[in-house]
Amino acid sequence: MGMRKVAVVGAGMTKFMRRAQETGRELAYQASKMALDSCEMTLEDIDSVALGTAPDAFDGLHMKGEYLSDGAGAWNKPYMRCYVGGGTGVFAAIQGWYHVASGLFDTCLVVCEEKMSSCKPHPQGAFLTIFDHTTERPLKPNLVWIFALEMNRYMTVHGLEKKDIARVAVKNKRNALDHPCAQLAADITVEDVLNSEVLAWPVQRLDISPTSDGAAAMVLAAEHVAKRITDKPVWIKGVGWSLDTAYWTNRDLYYPKYVESAARMAYDMAGIREPRKEIHVVEPYDPFDYKELHHLEGLLLCEKGEAPRLTADGVTARDGDMPVCPSGGLLGVGNPIAASGVMKLNEIFWQLRGEAGKRQVPGQPRTGLAQSWGDLMQVGCVVVLGV
Amino acid sequence: MSANIESFPGTPLSQADLDAGKVLTTYWKPKLEYGWDAGVAISRYLEELKNGRIIGIKCRRCRRVVVPPRVVCEWCWEPMNDWVYLQDTGTVNTYSVCYIRWDASRAKEPQIPAVIDIDGASNAGFLHLLEEVDPKEVKIGMKVQAVWKPPEERVGAITDIKYFKPL
Repeated sequence: MGMRKVAVVGAGMTKFMRRAQETGRELAYQASKMALDSCEMTLEDIDSVALGTAPDAFDGLHMKGEYLSDGAGAWNKPYMRCYVGGGTGVFAAIQGWYHVASGLFDTCLVVCEEKMSSCKPHPQGAFLTIFDHTTERPLKPNLVWIFALEMNRYMTVHGLEKKDIARVAVKNKRNALDHPCAQLAADITVEDVLNSEVLAWPVQRLDISPTSDGAAAMVLAAEHVAKRITDKPVWIKGVGWSLDTAYWTNRDLYYPKYVESAARMAYDMAGIREPRKEIHVVEPYDPFDYKELHHLEGLLLCEKGEAPRLTADGVTARDGDMPVCPSGGLLGVGNPIAASGVMKLNEIFWQLRGEAGKRQVPGQPRTGLAQSWGDLMQVGCVVVLGV
Repeated sequence: MSANIESFPGTPLSQADLDAGKVLTTYWKPKLEYGWDAGVAISRYLEELKNGRIIGIKCRRCRRVVVPPRVVCEWCWEPMNDWVYLQDTGTVNTYSVCYIRWDASRAKEPQIPAVIDIDGASNAGFLHLLEEVDPKEVKIGMKVQAVWKPPEERVGAITDIKYFKPL
């Protein structure tokens, strides 16, 4: 395609927290500095900055990209800010990738930040504006509705029970016990999930990831630069992103076709023909437990409706045949919207370098995938990493 | 380098920190108002709701009939202008039984939001609410019908349909 090879050479992140003392720009600085320090680079080595963060209404700050720019090291550099809902983290990395792959820049710092705790009484209020102002908002919807509606459709089409889905929350929150940044790590049981408060059936308290403050960053470099910086570059092998119709009530919510489109684009670029065999570790987007299952199917890593069985059989456990969310995911580590996608990419980066510590999956994985999802339940972003 | 990192940055605040007044916080309550124009397609849709009818629109190319109506078919990117009256009955495509409000506060009586595939449309529907039904009795695939406000109370809004009830 005439694209240059691009490597991830550094990664950093803050703790994910219910409420941080730091401001958004302070969090952005902490994650960015850590990512640069991790590969012994300075801001002078950075040619461009790609930033991802939620809409301005979330923070009550107009032009939040500009507000965060100093913390993100963007001052006096080519800088762009993107937002595609929950898909933002992986999408920002894709933007950083084409900054470098295109030949325009040799390096790019990718930074994603979210401080959800500022929005009162609850950040759900800011999410309400995603519903159509004329045909939906007069019904006084809340954000959990759309997840509950999608989850129920997925469960009903495949004849699933809540316990089939609750296992994901149990696995991810347990995995997060080994993540030093985790906000909601816990050793819980399927019964705990099934007995937790019903918010919007079938969604219960423990099916949901928390609201969080936090930031994450990564450093991307062109091949000739990457080889000077590190002897363990992790290559971006493929990227993909795709949208479905925003008329969400006109889609069959049981299957995320847009995730499949994004995955096919990324697999084609990476030369992956049999994803189930060739992807060794996976970080799909898991803001709700059913979403991990939904996304594994959309990513063509199992048949439609098969993901719950893989989970029950332990295939997706950290020591299973196809580890899924070894980080602990959004359910366990936390969900500062944009930053959570970069957290997932960082996890794959650490896993492929064999640096994930207690979270390290066995078998020296060589290829991994991170995926995020968002907008009005209709955007999929995929990045395949490999060594 | 996660394994090599001693500590990650970030300072979590606890409820005790907040209760003790250790955090300085500035509050601002915005007052913003918007007036949204309905546009070409939705204006007709709302007018018909005022008349007690649901109208959809058909794409001449893919022959899909969709609701809510729109001026362009997003699959074919063809202009749409074949208006089609639909039934005020449909099928529950999916639903939820919801106990929380928009601000995450709790409601005693649940609401039942649902996507209802409208009869006469091509597996297409819209978001509305179900009532006159025990939440335990609701099923995906259930047939339902619109319950309209009396004509004199209709204003040309999605809420001219009060809710849907089992048929």
